[in-house]
Order: sequence, then structure tokens, then C-alpha cells
Amino acid sequence: MPTHTFTLNGERVTVDVEDDVRLLWVIRDMLGITGPKYGCGINVCKACTCHINGKAFNPCSVPVGAIHESDEITTIEGLADGDDLHPMQQAWLDRDVPQCGYCQPGQIMAAVAKVRQCQREGRDLDDAAIEEIRNICRCGTYQRIREAIKAGADNM
Amino acid sequence: MANHRFAPPRTKEPKEPGTGLRAPVGRRKFLGYLIAAPTLVVAAEFTRQQIFDAPSTAWAAATPSGPQTPEVYDLLDALRDAGRPTANLIRIEVNKDGTVSFALPRSDNGQGIITSTQMIIAEEMGLEVDQVKVTLADARPELMFNQLTGGSSTTFTTYTPIRVAAALAQMRLLDAASQLLQQDVRTLTSRGGLITGATGGSVPFSALAEKAASAVDQQVEVALKPREDFAIIGKPQNKTDARDIVTGRKCFATDLQIPDALPTVICRAPDLNGTPDDVENIDEVRGMPGITDVEVVSTGVAVRAKTFGQAIDGVRALRVQWNDGTVHGEDDESVLAKVRAAELPMAVPAGVGETIDCAFTFYFASSSSLETNSAIADVRADRAEVWGAMKNPIAASGDIAKAVGLPQSAVTVHVTEGGGSFGRKLFYDAAVEAAECSKVIGKPVKLMWTRADDSRQGRVHPMATSRIRAQISGDTVLSYEQRHTSVATQVNPGFGDAISTGAVKAPLGNLTLSESIFELTQVTPYDFGVSTRFLNEVDMRFNTTSMRNIYSPNVATARELMVDQIAAKMGKDPYEFRRAFLKHDRMRGVLDAVAKEGRWGRSMKKGTAQGLGFHTEYKGVSAALVEIDCRPDTVNRKIREAVTGPRVTKVTFAVDIGLVINPRGLEAQMMGGINDALALILTSSLHLTDGHFVEASWDNYFYTRQWNTPPEMNIIIVDSDADEPGGAGEFGLAATCGAIATAYARAVGKVPEYFPINHKDPFPFEPKPLVPPIPESPTDGLRHTY
Repeated sequence: MPTHTFTLNGERVTVDVEDDVRLLWVIRDMLGITGPKYGCGINVCKACTCHINGKAFNPCSVPVGAIHESDEITTIEGLADGDDLHPMQQAWLDRDVPQCGYCQPGQIMAAVAKVRQCQREGRDLDDAAIEEIRNICRCGTYQRIREAIKAGADNM
Repeated sequence: MANHRFAPPRTKEPKEPGTGLRAPVGRRKFLGYLIAAPTLVVAAEFTRQQIFDAPSTAWAAATPSGPQTPEVYDLLDALRDAGRPTANLIRIEVNKDGTVSFALPRSDNGQGIITSTQMIIAEEMGLEVDQVKVTLADARPELMFNQLTGGSSTTFTTYTPIRVAAALAQMRLLDAASQLLQQDVRTLTSRGGLITGATGGSVPFSALAEKAASAVDQQVEVALKPREDFAIIGKPQNKTDARDIVTGRKCFATDLQIPDALPTVICRAPDLNGTPDDVENIDEVRGMPGITDVEVVSTGVAVRAKTFGQAIDGVRALRVQWNDGTVHGEDDESVLAKVRAAELPMAVPAGVGETIDCAFTFYFASSSSLETNSAIADVRADRAEVWGAMKNPIAASGDIAKAVGLPQSAVTVHVTEGGGSFGRKLFYDAAVEAAECSKVIGKPVKLMWTRADDSRQGRVHPMATSRIRAQISGDTVLSYEQRHTSVATQVNPGFGDAISTGAVKAPLGNLTLSESIFELTQVTPYDFGVSTRFLNEVDMRFNTTSMRNIYSPNVATARELMVDQIAAKMGKDPYEFRRAFLKHDRMRGVLDAVAKEGRWGRSMKKGTAQGLGFHTEYKGVSAALVEIDCRPDTVNRKIREAVTGPRVTKVTFAVDIGLVINPRGLEAQMMGGINDALALILTSSLHLTDGHFVEASWDNYFYTRQWNTPPEMNIIIVDSDADEPGGAGEFGLAATCGAIATAYARAVGKVPEYFPINHKDPFPFEPKPLVPPIPESPTDGLRHTY
């Protein structure tokens, strides 16, 4: 069986599994990291959003065979610096954003990447930029998400 | 069991017949229980009969319309009364480490009831909110109907019993501290788990937990903290599980690590509720990578594997012959024809006055939450253990027992925190299926419905029609009749017996099942003369459930559109008209609040408009003022694989729901309801075609997204002097639905006949195949990074 090695939340991990198994299931079912959630499996709901080398991506739609040894994958569990929350996580707490919380790891990872993208491209993080975020929140806490993204960005 | 009442028993307050009006009452004493245990354990009866013995909606005055059932006895009263004959005790424990713990017999799916329960206990015991540990109780069959989370009833039904237990605990701890410190109990203060004497010295709860314990069970009288002393209740409190959520630690059913409970997915039929007949290649699939088991079960073919991805691959590879489903060959229009054929006639013939008739259709909507139906089951020869987010775990344990052939006492049901419910988790389809899979396979399983399963085969909000006839004469509405006709909503076991027990006791009703819920929840809040509301349902074997309410969002949409038409016919402003015809000042309070804050009547550009909606339910009143933009540039804006259309640009929403435990949580619930209302009126519905629902993805079923949600939202919590909390979980929808619909009708100059307004538009997507039933996961995810 093929062996796959990559960095997950700062740690080197190796798994034995077929190339075509999507990374989400490797992370959740084999490595027991359950922050990234299943919501659709077809890169639509974005509940599994994580970072690869600092950029947002959806591991439900990436075969583990496409991951290189040099790739650094970050899930929600790896976003904080020890006990020090990332500014976006803190903004989420300050504004009491989550309801059920199921989509929130993906929302936060998407928000961080969107802020970095805007910074990189010299764009304003305005409503139009936020509306590019496709993550679904079925509890409907969208207004607090919008506020938190802007507040979190101020400290990034 | 003893019949527990007030101490001392009091006579009933004089009541106005049929109005539920009662005189204000002073501070009362309640009966709690000391439970024999090594540390302090206190309890209270989990009903409110000893506290609120009369329907408490204090709306006075005879009205031209006469009282309708919900005004004197509503769903919340029914849910409470259903528990009366069988209620048992809930208990709070003070642990040796000084913490206070309580297992809440309810299901939290994000509505924040764990947090609000911590607040209620902390308030009575002088603790910080995070010093109280609240967990969700396993199924407790002895509670009978008192472990049901639905109808926005949790806070209403649990508020006082929990306070009684907490107040008793506090009293015992103070007594024990008094002895230890040798000081008069009246001079002691309790704060943060530390009891301090006026003349110095202090003792922590941890040192008192055993000393305050009782050697025998006994009843004790206790007084509750007066409202004017509240320091926690009514203050904004963030959710106490938020840190776990934002760090990825919050654990949902599929996150649990139960030994050997491997991922399991069911291959389902193309038809709604189709069943397996024959599997052509079962052994071939058993040999696929990672797959451990493939077995036929009653709802399909179960595939168990090392990862969900491999289980999905197995499902996709199966070749199954299927039996027809329950609505084989049916589609939206054929179902609608059956619903229409069941519409009840109006009582007042046309032509009595000036007659206005309206008719609306509401299409099927999906109650799928972001966490799909899922459960873990470990079924052995002599016992079963099941984990899942269940709002009715007692009924679940009974049905699981039946499904696996065990006595109910051999079934343990653990209630996990859920990833959204909105009504769907009143049912426990995944838990029963998981138990069956575990029994058939002979191993533990972690069963998960895929998104396509959840959308196509999961429970739906029923299709319905609402017809209204109003007869007016000059400035008077002579009669107002609403006929709501619906695909049958399954309320049993979700609500059934609890409601039928309560509803037959309703003063004005002699009703059964879902008709009871309609009668208990729906009220026409306007003085519209002869007012009748009837529900008729057509059973067509759909999997239905409530979805943040069953009837109210549809009934209110139809009603508020009609109200605008009556106002127009009389030449009156929609706000002034509502103000004049609403029955009570409390109702006018929220209407006035949105009109003022939302600037009703301000000048709006062509193609944009304001609209109003009002709704009363759950012992509360609510109003919404919506602004909508229907100009072509807005309606036609393009977003990949999305529905755009009219944009609600601003929502002003006011709610008076009685005593508010946590205003920040209440605001969150209203926000969610408002975003649901957008979806129901403008963007999201299921389409039934050839016996199945088309939608299989969030990019097929267009729930509100960031690009739909209002840029401006203002939620106003109107002060209320009510001494009890009402219900919040579903309350944001109905008034907002009405307001969006009336705003839309005004902006485009035409009253829509069906909802959502985009239901008959061409699909902006290519429907997913039915066979295999789960679409393949893409492989190009790294091309879409940002």
C-alpha cells in the first residue's frame, strides 16, 4: 500500500493508504484530527476548509496522492499558537459568532485565508470580498461572521 | 408518587373567562427535594404545575374576533402539561471539588440552551457561569415526554424547576457554612463558590459539598431569588462552548472515537423511500480497498470501511435492483393537485361584503442541517449502545429496541451535541439505521448520511397551500378565514403523544395530532371579525418534519400579504392599518419599534421597497420591517453556481419574548430565523420529479449564503415585564417571512402566488445522477486554493 508523508499542524505524519482516498478522510478517519468537518464531500459547503502552505483549500476534494512531502497542512487545530488564539479565533469569541459550531472551523480557516489574500492582492476587505466566501452556515449567523472577519483582520 | 404542590397551596387567581388573564402574584415558595447522597444533591419536579398553574398569556379584553385557542392555551402549555402526570425529578449535584453539575434532559444543536442553563444555575447559586458544568442527559425513559426538545419549549419548561433545585442547593450550602463558621446564615454571602461571613472567615463549596449532603430524601421549601436581584439572567453571555468550537475541539457524533465503530454509509434508492430488492455484485464490493462489510439493510445496502471515503467508493460501485419508493412517479404538480383537492371550503360565502380572495403555494423545503444525519451504534446480543444528536431520545430508545429486538431497558442512548437541527433531529432516522446496521454486520458502526442522502431522502418541510378570504365593509373587516392545506407533517413520534395528551385539554379544542399543533400555535393577531383557521392534511408518505416551526412561516406569509391587500383596499398605510387592527398594546409595541428604528415610510427608489410582518407565538410577539432591492442590476448579478435574485438589504426585527435569559443568545436565534426566512421566501426549495427530490447539494438547494444575507440587520429586544421566558428557537422566521413577501410584492408591483419565488425558474445547476446515489468527490481541490 502506498505511503504518504506530509506535515500536519507542524508535525510530520505518515499514513499507508491508497492514493485516491481524499485527504479529508485521511485526516479525520486515520489521523483522528476531527476539526475539519464533512458537509458535502464535493467542495461546495466548505465545512472542511483547511490551509495548504498557508492557502485555503478543501481536503474533501484532494486525493492524498496529490500531497507532497514538503506540503504543510493546517487544520483548525493548528491555527492557534499554543494557548494563544489566532486573532480570527479571538474575534470569533469576542462576537459570540458560533451557534452549533459545525461549520465554524471551516469559516475561520476561510476567513483567515481571505484576509491574507486581500492583503496579498492589495484589496480592501469589504463586503464584496467577504461575499466571495462560499462557506455555508445553516444556523444563519452570517452577520456575526462578517463582523468578526473585519475585526479579526484588523489584528492580522 | 406524592402530588407536589405549592407550599402552602394557594387558591387559583381569579381569571377572566377565556382570556388567561391573572392577577400579579407575590414572591412564592416552592418545593424542592434533598436527595440522600454522599455529597449535596438537590432536585426539583420537572414540571411547572406548581409554579404556573394558569395559562399566562396576559392578554385582556373581549375582542370582536373572540379568543382563539393559542391566546389562552398554546403549544408551550401543551408541552408542559403533557409532562404533568409522568414528570420525574431533575437534579443538581455539588461535587467534592466545589463544582456544580447538571445533566440537562434536552438536546442542544446550537440554540445555546447549555449556556442559558448554566446562567440560570449560576444566578441562583452566586457562581460564575463557567463554574457550572452542564451536560446533555442520556435518554431517561422515566421522564416520559419530558425529554423532548421542540416547539421552542426548552427555556419555558425548564426555567423554574432548575431554579428551584439551584436555590435549594444554595440554601443548604449556606446552612452548612453557617454551622461551620458559627455565624448567622442571614449574614453570609455566597459568591464564586465561596461563602463568606460578615465577621470574617470563609468556606468554599468544596468544603461544604459533603457537609450539606442529606442522609435521607426529603421535601424542603425554598424561595427563589427575586428578579430585581438578578446579576446574570438578562445580561449578554457568550456561548460557553465557543472556545472549543473555534479551536476544533467540540465533538459531534462522527467525531467520537468509539472502538471499532468504523465509517458506514448506506447505498440508497433512486426513489424517495425506495427499498433494496437484489444486489448484483455484493462480493465484488466486499473485496474493494478498505471495505470490511457490505450487508443489505431495510433502507438500502450498508457499506462499512476504514474511511468514509472508501465506504462512499463502495456505495458508488454497488449495482442494486430497487423496489419503488413511496411516491413513485409523483412530481410537484401531481402532489399539489392532491393538496388542492383537500382544501376545506370557506364558511362565509363570497359577496357578504367586499370580498378579497388570496391563494398561495409553498413548495417542499429541506430541513437538512450542516451535520448530516449520523449516529454510532454498538449492538450486542444482550444490549445496545447508541450515540447521536437526538431531540427525542426516549422515543429513539424505544424504536431502537424494537429494531434490534431488545427490551428498551437494554438500550442506552447517549445524546451528543448536534450540528444544527431546526426540527429534523426530533426524528432519529440515523440512530435506528445505525443500530440495524450494527446488528446485521455484527460490529460497531459509525453511520453517516452523505449530503446527497440528507437532501434527497432526508426529512422535508411539507408542501402546503394557504387560502384566505376576507370580507370588508368600509373600514371594517367582517370576516377573515384561512384554510391551510398541507402534505401531512409527521408529528408522531416526534410530538404526537405529548401533544395529543395536552391538546385535548385545551379550553377551546378537541383536536388531535397535527391539527392540534396548528390550533395550538396559529392565531390571527388582528381584529378581523369572524375569524376561522383550519388545517387539513393529505398523507402521501413523505418524510416530513417541522423546520423551525411547521405552519407559522407559511401561514404568516399568506396572512401578511392579505393584510397589505385589505389595507390597500381601504386606502390605508400598511403600518397604520396593522397598528389599528392588532389586538393588544404588546403587539403594537414591537410594530412601533420596527417602524421607528427601521424608518417606515422613508422614500425608496423605484424597484426597491419596504414591507412589514407581524407574528405572535411562544408567549411572545415579533415584528419585522424589511427593505428589498428588486432592481435588474441587483436581481441579475452573477455568482458562480448560485442564486442571487432580489436582495434583502436591511432587516429591522423586534421581539418581546417575555423574560430574557441571555439576550446575546436570543439575538443569535433571531438572526438565524431571519436568514432562514430569506431562504424560504426567495431562494430555497426542493423539487419533486419522478418520485425523487432533485437537489443533492448545497449548490442545488440554495440556503442563504453571504451574498444573499442582508448587509444591515438590526435586532431589537423589547423590554418585557413578563416573569417567565417564552420560546425563541423558531421565532425569527414568521414575521420576517411576511415582511419579505410584502416588501417584494410592493417592489415588483405583483403579489407572488408561490414560494420561494424562484421555484419555477430554470435550474442553475446540472442535477446530480440518481445512480450511483452519491456524487464522486472531485480531485481538483488544489486548483481552487486562495
